[in-house]
Parts: sequence; C-alpha cells; structure tokens
Amino acid sequence: MIHTEIDTQRWKEEVLKKYPKKLAKKREKSIVVNDSDVIHPIQANVRTAPGIITQRGCTYAGCKGVILGPTRDIINLVHGPIGCSFYAWLTRRNQTLPPTPESENFMNYCFSTDMQDSNIVFGGELKLKQAVREVFEIFKPKSIGIFSTCPVGLIGDDVHAVAREMKAELGINIFGFSCEGYKGVSQSAGHHIANNGLMKHVIGLGNTIPEGKYKVNMLGDYNIGGDGFELERIFEKCGLTLVSSFSGNSTMEKFEAAHHADLNVVVCHRSINYVAEMMEKKFGLPWFKVNFTGAEATAKSFRKIAEYFGDQELIDRVEAVIAEEMALVNAELEKVYDQTKGKVAMLFVGGSRAHHFQELFTELGMSTLSAGYEFGHRDDYEGRSVIPTIKVDADSRNIEELDIEQDETRYNPRKTEEEKAALAEKGIEFNSYDGMMKDMLKGALIIDDLSHYEMEKLIELYHPDVFCAGIKEKFCVQKMGIPLKQLHSYDYGGPYSGFEGAINFYKDIAMIVNTTIWKKIKAPWEREVTIEAEYAA
Amino acid sequence: MESSTTKMPGSAASVRNACKLCSPLGASLVFKGIHGCIPMIHGSQGCATYIRRYIISHFKEPVDIASTNFSEETTIFGGHKNFNLGLDNIIRQYRPEVIGISSACLSETIGEDVNRLIKEYRQMNWGSELLPELVYASTPGYQGTHIDGFHETVSATISTLAVKDAKVGEHINIFSGFVSPQDIRHLKEIISSFGLDYVLFPDYSDSLDNPNWEKYHLIPPGGTLVSDIKRTGAARGSIEFGYILNEGAMNTRVNKAKQVLTAGEWLEVNRNIPYHRIGMPIGIKETDKFFELLEWFSNKPTSQKLKDERGRLIDSYVDGHKYTFGKRAIIYGEEDLVIGMVLLLLEIGIEPVLIASGGTGGRLKQMIDELTEGKTKDVKIMNNMDFESMNEMADELKPDIIIGHSKGYYIARRLNIPLVRIGFPVHDRFGAQRLQHLGYQGTMQLFDRIVNALIEYKQENSPIGYKYI
Ligand code: SF4
Ligand code: SF4
Repeated sequence: MIHTEIDTQRWKEEVLKKYPKKLAKKREKSIVVNDSDVIHPIQANVRTAPGIITQRGCTYAGCKGVILGPTRDIINLVHGPIGCSFYAWLTRRNQTLPPTPESENFMNYCFSTDMQDSNIVFGGELKLKQAVREVFEIFKPKSIGIFSTCPVGLIGDDVHAVAREMKAELGINIFGFSCEGYKGVSQSAGHHIANNGLMKHVIGLGNTIPEGKYKVNMLGDYNIGGDGFELERIFEKCGLTLVSSFSGNSTMEKFEAAHHADLNVVVCHRSINYVAEMMEKKFGLPWFKVNFTGAEATAKSFRKIAEYFGDQELIDRVEAVIAEEMALVNAELEKVYDQTKGKVAMLFVGGSRAHHFQELFTELGMSTLSAGYEFGHRDDYEGRSVIPTIKVDADSRNIEELDIEQDETRYNPRKTEEEKAALAEKGIEFNSYDGMMKDMLKGALIIDDLSHYEMEKLIELYHPDVFCAGIKEKFCVQKMGIPLKQLHSYDYGGPYSGFEGAINFYKDIAMIVNTTIWKKIKAPWEREVTIEAEYAA
Repeated sequence: MESSTTKMPGSAASVRNACKLCSPLGASLVFKGIHGCIPMIHGSQGCATYIRRYIISHFKEPVDIASTNFSEETTIFGGHKNFNLGLDNIIRQYRPEVIGISSACLSETIGEDVNRLIKEYRQMNWGSELLPELVYASTPGYQGTHIDGFHETVSATISTLAVKDAKVGEHINIFSGFVSPQDIRHLKEIISSFGLDYVLFPDYSDSLDNPNWEKYHLIPPGGTLVSDIKRTGAARGSIEFGYILNEGAMNTRVNKAKQVLTAGEWLEVNRNIPYHRIGMPIGIKETDKFFELLEWFSNKPTSQKLKDERGRLIDSYVDGHKYTFGKRAIIYGEEDLVIGMVLLLLEIGIEPVLIASGGTGGRLKQMIDELTEGKTKDVKIMNNMDFESMNEMADELKPDIIIGHSKGYYIARRLNIPLVRIGFPVHDRFGAQRLQHLGYQGTMQLFDRIVNALIEYKQENSPIGYKYI
C-alpha cells in the first residue's frame, strides 16, 4: 500500500455522496482503488453524464486536431459553423519543420466553410464544393481533408460524395471524415475515424521504396514541444530509418509510403493502435508498444527495436548511444533527485500520457498517487487482454470498424510466427499493451474521465506536490495552491520525450515542486494560523 | 510558408483564418458575469470544452462550463432527457444561484424548444429550495459571431430577471459590453466617483480575474448579483456601449422576423426605462460623451481626479504626437471595439488604412463614416473579413502598425511591423485580463502602448541603435 493518511475508499464515498443516485452509481464504476496483482475492471470510454464538467473534447477534435492536425502538407477544411474550426486553430503545440521556408505548410491556417443560417436551412454541399475549389485554386495542395462538425450530418450533407466529386474534378487526393462531434464519447472516437481514413485513402499509395536498412514507422507521437525532433535525433543516431511518423512533423508523402517500413512502433496506444493493427493485416508489418517518455523507458524501447532487427551491429550501436545519453541523463538526475524524491504526483490527461509520464516521476523518486485518462478505454487501463470482453455500446457501434483484408500483391509478413515466438521469449511482445494499472502502486486511486468536481475534491484532500493535466484545469488547481504541469502542451516547455526530454522534465519538475509562492498568500501582517483544508464531515 | 501572393477569386465560400468566434462563447462570458452562475451549453460536449479552453487561455482563470452532451440518440429524440439530467447534476454538485443556459449549433439545428424544457423543469421541481434561476439565451453558432451571442445573452438575462412594475429607483444600468476585467473595474470606479447607485452587467471583473484564494471556491466569487440584475427593471435610466451591438445575428438570420432587442432597448420598450446608447468610451471624444451622461445622471461635476486624467491624456497626445502622426494602421476585431479604436486613432493622427471585422452586422463602414463625418470615406472598412483576406491586402496598404488581438500576429510577423494587442483573444501575451481600453485612463494605456510599439520598432530597425528617441 502507498503510504498516505487519506483513506481512498472514504474519499470515494464522500465524492459519490454528492451526486444524484443514478450518477453516483455510474461514477462508482469509473473510480478504482488499484491492486496491481489483481487488475480490477474499470468503466471507461462511456459517455460523460450531462452537467458534469469534463476534460473531454469531441470526436471532431480527435479527428482533425490530433491525428491530421500535425501534417503540414494537407489542407484540413472544416465543414461547419465557424467556432469548431477557430477553436482548433494552432492550439496544440505540435511542431513541424518544412525542409525549406518555401515548402508547403498549411498548419498555420484555419479553413472553414463558415456555415450560416441559410446553409443550415438549405444545405451546405454547394458551399463546401465551392470552398474546396477555392482552396485548391489558391494553395494548390496535393491533398484536402474535409472534416464534418456537428450540424453537417443532421442537415444531410454528404461530405464523402462531395469529396469524390471534387477529387475527380481537381485530380488531387480529397477525402472526407464523418467526425461530427457528438458521434462518440470523446476525442477517441475521432482518432478511430481518422485512423480509418488514413487507411482507406492514404497509406499504401506511395510506390517509391524509402532507403535504409532498418525501417521503422513511429505511431502516436505528435511532436508536441519538439518531442518528435528529439526522437528523430535518437533514431538517426542509432542508424534507424524513420519512414514515417504518425503524425508529428509529418507529410502526406511519408504516410503514403508507410507500408514500406518493416516495423511499427506504437507510442500512444489509444490514438493510433487501429492503424497498427490494420497495417499488420493488410501489409504484414508487425507492431509492438514502446514508450519514449522516461530515460529508462526510452533505452528499453530502443533496445527492443534493435533486438527486433536482430543485427549485432545495430544492437551494439544502440547500446553505445544509450551509454552516451544516459551519462548526461544521470548527471542531471543526480542534481535534482534530492529535491524531488518522496514528492507526490497526480496525472489526469490524454489516453497514454497519464501512464507514460509516471516513468519520469519514478525516475525522480516521486510516487503517483492517483491517475486516470481523459479518453482512454479499458484496454489502456487493464491491458489489451480485456478487449474481447469490452461491451460494445451504441456510441462505439457508431464508429465504423473497417474490414481489412490482406493486400494481394503487397502483403509480406516481416516475421514468421516462429521468429515472433523467439522474440517473445526475449521479452518482445507483439500486439500487446499491458495498460496503466499494472505499473501503478497498490492503493493508488485510478479515476477515468475525472470530473472537475472530483478534481477539486482530490486536491483538497491529497495536496499533491504536482498535478498534471491541461490548460482547462491549470488555473483552477493553481488557485488551490498546487502547481499544475500541463501535459498536453507542456506549458511552453519540452521536449519531454527521449533522453534530452527526460533532462528537461527533471529540471522543470524540480523547479515546480519546490516553488514557495503559495506561502505568500497571506501577507505578513495577517497573523491567524492557516487552517488546513479539513475533511468534509 | 508565409506568402500572401494569392488572391481570393470572386465571392469566398471558404473562410481562411477567421476573425470571429462563435456565439455560445459570448454567452458563456456573460454568464460568468452573474454571481453564483454556472453556464451550461445545450448541445455537444465538444463546444463547451473548446469554449472553456479558449476563455481560459485568455483570462488564465478557472472557467467551468457544463454541457448537456448530446449523443447520436439525442439528436434524433431530442435533448429533454439530457437537459434535465444536466440541470440535476449541476445543482447537486455546485448549488448555483443561476444556471445560464445557451444553445449551440446542434440543439438549434434539431429545433429544440429550450424555453419549453425550462418550463417543464421548473414545474417538475417546483418548490425545491435548490431550484436556481434558469436563464436561457438562444445562440446558434451559425448566426452572427461571439459578440452577438454576448449581447443576446445580456438581453436574455435582463428580460428573464428584470423586475416589473417596481417603483423607479435611484440607480442606473450600465451595459458595458465585451470589455476586459480591468476595464470593468475602472468603469465601476468612475461611476462610483459620481456617487451614483448603479448596476453594471455583466460584471466578470472578479470571476474572470480573481486573486489567489486561501480557500477554494466551487464557483469563483464575483459577478453581478441576481438581486441587482432584477432591479435593472426599476432603474431610472440605462447606458449601453456600442453602436452595432447585436446587428450581426439579426443580419444573418434567414427568419428575419425573429428580431432581438438589446438589453437597453428591451428595458426601454418593456419597462419604460430611458435608454442612452453611446460608443465604447475609447479616445477623448467618446469618453467625454460617457462622462457627460454621468454628470447628467448624477447632477455632479466630474471629480478633479478624473479631470486630471483627461488633462494628462491630452498632454500626452501632444507629447506623443510626433511618434504617431501620419502612421498607417490596420485595425481589426469586434465592430464596436474597432469603432472605438478608429476614433482614437484619428485623434492621435494615425491613419487607418484597413478597418476590418469578422462581425456580420454589415454596417461598419456606414457607422464609422457617420462618426468621423466622412474622414474615413476612402478607407477600406469591411465586415465579414478573415485574416487571409487582410493578409492579401496588407502589402499594398503599407501599414506601419497593426492593432487587434493575437490571431493577426502572423501578418504582423510577415510584414515585420508591430502588433499592439487589444481585445480578445490575447493568448500570446501575458496579462490579457488587465489590458485596459476604456475611459481616459484606458485610452492613456492604449496610447502609451501604441507609441512605445512604434518607438521600439524604430529603435530595433535603426542601424545606429538610438537609446534616446
Ligand atoms: S460553431 Fe457551433 S458547433 Fe462549432 S463550437 Fe460553436 S456552437 Fe459548437
Ligand atoms: S462538438 Fe460538434 S459542434 Fe462542438 S466543437 Fe465538436 S464538432 Fe464542433
């Protein structure tokens, strides 16, 4: 058990008591006291109750913002009223590096059909077509993606038909996404829709075989704060070729050629495991899970990749890189360790980061008392082995499952079943992810889709040294006297991936958990003793 | 890639880099200005999340907005179940005094009758002491922009809560529009200095810019009290800032019959309260109008302190004129803010070369020409603008400075000229909630910032590196 005076069970009861009965019953299943030996089921990926202030966004946000947002040479045209497009305009900190200043980069733009009352009443297809023609004429992009927001499906606009028609007319790749915000429970539904779209319309189109001996795709890094650049650096240093990254610092051309790689490594399981699975079925590329957050985790992941290719030369080179990088990492860790050890963190974010970042806190000698995802599924908590037992509800049924078949000419299993089995012996588990719970302490509180109200209660009673979430939570938590580290955007910091990322994170956390500003809330002339937040009776 | 060489053919169907946000955002801001209020957006969860995120990144404060979280099923069978559940859940968690409900694109598209839902909910919960005031504003994102949502909500709140048939009081109403928390604080100081009793709505000067707390508050303190909103119905007069106000929504509606009055107009028509509409008090001339009104209402002269502020402002106009005179500016933003800024710029000798708004009212040019008595006759003044259109026009206009919110930064960067940030959203500079625009004091702040931006530009681009300018 973790050492804490807070009785987690009691916390849970206190919080649930406040809710109306039905809601309490629902939330109860999403709050689990962890037991790493026996994994308890948790309710996840179910719709947030109305009136609950959630961290979650919408399906459109997951589709447009997350997966295709970081790709610089596609025009993402949002079909809908203006808000949805405006709010997703350059609000994530994913970075991109066009080869020359003149190279295409549409990421700075926000394109919308800006539906008006008249379009809602009379239909918006004509306007959409005109908008596609316009952006083509002005920017001459090679691809255009059309993203539907809430009203589109309801008024019966067929974005797919428009996309097909425009593709024929303009001769470039144009495809649509039915990612209306209400379709799914959270962003996660949008990830799935985007994965499907990439598979249907993009991956496999490229015929040029990329050069390189060890060819890898990295799935699920979005180059937030330059994470992808740091990882590119390590890949290169190790002599590995990154054929494509889904989707940090990416281009359509690289996506199109992804099937020429020999391995998919999955960073964020939640957002992109579908592509990994589908590519395996269609092209025979195996995938395994990696984690590049945390220096040890990064080292371990690169060892796994080297082992997969099995070439001694590569294995040695990777070891040399790790030795060199770890020396720097350890030097920094030594400097901060005394300031961070024993401190407490909480992480509520995303669909993988709440798990991955625990590695960094462990390296800092800190413990994670409570964690949960914003849009994770049960498999992200309990491991992929639960997938067959997950109940498919109306919301999940709403998202298309593509029927993928082996590609007649291009299917090529990179490893035989025997080779895979041999690698499994060495600890390389394919198609597998064990989830967050197994890595967490016994007694830790795991909460899915933490509500704003629950967050306040958590902080009030636990007083963690750092709380990790996003900008929506930041100022609320900080008003409560606890520093909040943004793990979506990294607050202006980063990168936090790879070795240099670990060093950055160590420094930032050491600074954050030792801040003294809150001691100054009371002016020196205010003499009463501060009353600690008490447990609500 | 930061090119501007491309031209938009014909009438635009696509908006490239919008200069407007959607109406439920405006609604949420107003609801944040009611004491003890939790805003709830009736529609999909994503809108509430995006809107929260956006408001938070500007104000850097907690902003809780609930949603009724439509699913596919809700879009087919209607939102009443979600609506009731949403209210129940908010009430149990937050015990709010008011729940401010706004619609969004989805609920409007399916034609949800929210007023009926409210009526039913009230009936179901009649007598419950927890039942808060329920205020509803209709704010489809496809009619007008965030500013229309703002004014619609001010008006809806007043028409829902303002008392009827009460004895006329001594107080006046101030509907100050979408201004910064610092602006609101300053306005309150000004009005108090005249010894006037007043109701200012919406007052988010605390709720969107709170001090750090010793004790956590579920609903951030601040906001116009419900009791105060009620007594707007018994005021002896209303002052409303803005010449365009909610014309954007009205202009874009297919069903033109659905005309909405602004709060001031509504009180005049329905409560017989005299109504004074003036522009945002930016610049000397427009601020004078405001002070004249306050002197008239209070029957007192402006205090020496404020007179001195005016005097200092004029003094600085004189001193700073050499830096501003003849400079060319692009200005963009909400229509009423832009109008105020243009009037200020003309006072300080800056020539507006492009005056743009994403607002959809359609009368920006007419209004500005009227107010400037034709001085801007040949200036490009445009509604329905987006940033790419401005970007394309920018080179030819040879501006020295751009004035507007953060979203136009890329144009300033490409042209290598300064951007003075005003209004909303400002998420690439610190302290947006404390930016001041109104009154002599606010004008002084704006003037200082404009002058310093021009000086800094000159300094940084001079080969000599003057330290003495
Ligand atoms: S434009 Fe409409 S659909 Fe989009 S965020 Fe605003 S309210 Fe929601
Ligand atoms: S929920 Fe729908 S309307 Fe709202 S932001 Fe998402 S797509 Fe747009």
